[in-house]
Amino acid sequence: MRTIFYLIRKEFIQIFRDKFMGRAIFGVPIVQMLLLVPAVTFEINNVKLCIIDRDMTTESRELVNRLEGSTFFKVRFSTFSEQEANNLLHRGKCDLVLQIPSGFGKETGKGNPGRILVSVNAINAVNAQLSWAYLSGVIRDYNMNIVAENIGSATLASFPQIQVDNRYWYNELLNYKYYMLPGVLGILVLAIGFIFAGLNLVKEKESGTIEQINVTPVKKYHFIIAKMVPFLVIGLIDVAIGLIIGKLTFNIPFEGSIALLFLGSALFLVAVLGFALFLSTFSSTQQQFMFTAFFFIIIFVLMSGVFTPLDSMPIWAQKFDLINPAAYVMRINRMVMLKGSTFHDISREIYSLIVIAIVFTALAVNRYRKTA
Amino acid sequence: MTRNTVISVRNLVKKFGSFTANDNLSFEVYEGEIFGFLGANGAGKTTALRILSGLSAPTSGEVIVAGYNAKKQPEQIKKNIGYMCQKFSLYEDLTVKENIMLYGGIYGIKRALIRERTDLLLDKLNFREYGDRLISDLPLGLRQKLAFSVAVLHEPKIVFLDEPTGGVDPITRRQFWEMIYEAAGRGITVFVTTHYMDEAEYCDRISIMSEGKIVALDTPANLKKQYNAASVDEVFVKIARPGG
Repeated sequence: MRTIFYLIRKEFIQIFRDKFMGRAIFGVPIVQMLLLVPAVTFEINNVKLCIIDRDMTTESRELVNRLEGSTFFKVRFSTFSEQEANNLLHRGKCDLVLQIPSGFGKETGKGNPGRILVSVNAINAVNAQLSWAYLSGVIRDYNMNIVAENIGSATLASFPQIQVDNRYWYNELLNYKYYMLPGVLGILVLAIGFIFAGLNLVKEKESGTIEQINVTPVKKYHFIIAKMVPFLVIGLIDVAIGLIIGKLTFNIPFEGSIALLFLGSALFLVAVLGFALFLSTFSSTQQQFMFTAFFFIIIFVLMSGVFTPLDSMPIWAQKFDLINPAAYVMRINRMVMLKGSTFHDISREIYSLIVIAIVFTALAVNRYRKTA
Repeated sequence: MTRNTVISVRNLVKKFGSFTANDNLSFEVYEGEIFGFLGANGAGKTTALRILSGLSAPTSGEVIVAGYNAKKQPEQIKKNIGYMCQKFSLYEDLTVKENIMLYGGIYGIKRALIRERTDLLLDKLNFREYGDRLISDLPLGLRQKLAFSVAVLHEPKIVFLDEPTGGVDPITRRQFWEMIYEAAGRGITVFVTTHYMDEAEYCDRISIMSEGKIVALDTPANLKKQYNAASVDEVFVKIARPGG
């Protein structure tokens, strides 16, 4: 067992003697946190409107005023030409065209339904649906207003209706930074661990030093574990740096146990490092490894649920995520940080990560050959 | 005179696909001897050496090194040998002392003993001022001497040297061979490949390989007598070009 300490010591000396590595290991988490957390957001603001008001009545102006008053919308253009409006939509100058035909005010005044037409740029389907949802909210309010004006608010109040009070749990202010930070924390650790550990092993192949190790009685698992430990430690330090940045700059809430979060990250790292080292046994050059690493990191990240909810993915994708360690760490990080989940709540994720970590590490040890 | 056999090779064959790198090799190496493996580039020297040191498995044949079977117990062999290869293999980004500490630790030498041997070694090589220097800062000759010292640090039964003096100046080569003699004097069997024919003269016995086969094996003196040659170099030329 003493052998392993000599090997780990060697890895640490080499990592910190490399000026680039030393900087990257601590610089990357700081930059990624400060950059990605505020930048990656699904919040919709400033939807650009083009209004075609052919009615020009008090009623139509009232509707436009309400839209202007909302923080989501910015009325950018006003025109009478449908062709011009479509052109603006086409050129990306506006996101949404609202057409109010003439007679809108007259009809609503007469008690007939007033009709309007809305065209939304749906290149980004999620954005289009959200913009439409916001718009229809504004129109619903306006609708209620018309009804109230016509029958008198006292009479309206006497009709039976449902009064909804809602609360957003776990992230009451719907702050996207709170949602993204735990996810970015996972991506960060994934990228650093994956690339540095794999490159490290391939570098020994390139320089031929691995040959000298292979001709010694070093046990295979000693060698693999010695390659993992330094990056496990560095990864956890990066998690700590990420959390500190989250607290200081974004004032991220931390509801759960810090120890539990670190346990999740540690298991995740072992799984990632095991997989990276497994992969590195197939590569003979650092370029080869970088290419395959890139391929897998993209898959792991995009399928992890960091940007898109897992539940909306197709079933086969959800099945794949059973072996995607990143999918588990996203849930663990978010649940522990935002919900304050306990070990019991995330035990399925923890146990799954343990199994994945063991399997990936075993694959790496098995694939690493001391005798060709 | 009976001598202990430390390496015994019978009908060793190594194939890479349809290419036969080692074609039916058989030989024995005795304890404490300096055994030279000669041959042109691509003759199969390095392949054979890698099999003997447990880095590569033989296709067929029986290979016993230090009492262990190379096919079934390569890890046991590795405990009993030292190895220094053609491509320089100490860690360039570690210092001299760190390299010694690492390999000492890997072979299970006690920390205090590693320190002791490090001091001894640095003194002997006049290396004292280089102890804390990175390997990448050392000239090639010094590196090779250090690599050899590290390869025998754990006092192995056998040390395998694969073209250890490639690219090294004549004076350093001379010093290097003094180190080899000293190790052999301590009872370490030395198995060395080379294509410097003058070095072959320093060996107790030499085997000459050509196209995967051993074409001659004896002491340098006997071979010179047999081929009526003044030097091993001449022997080699006569074997390689039988007609000329």
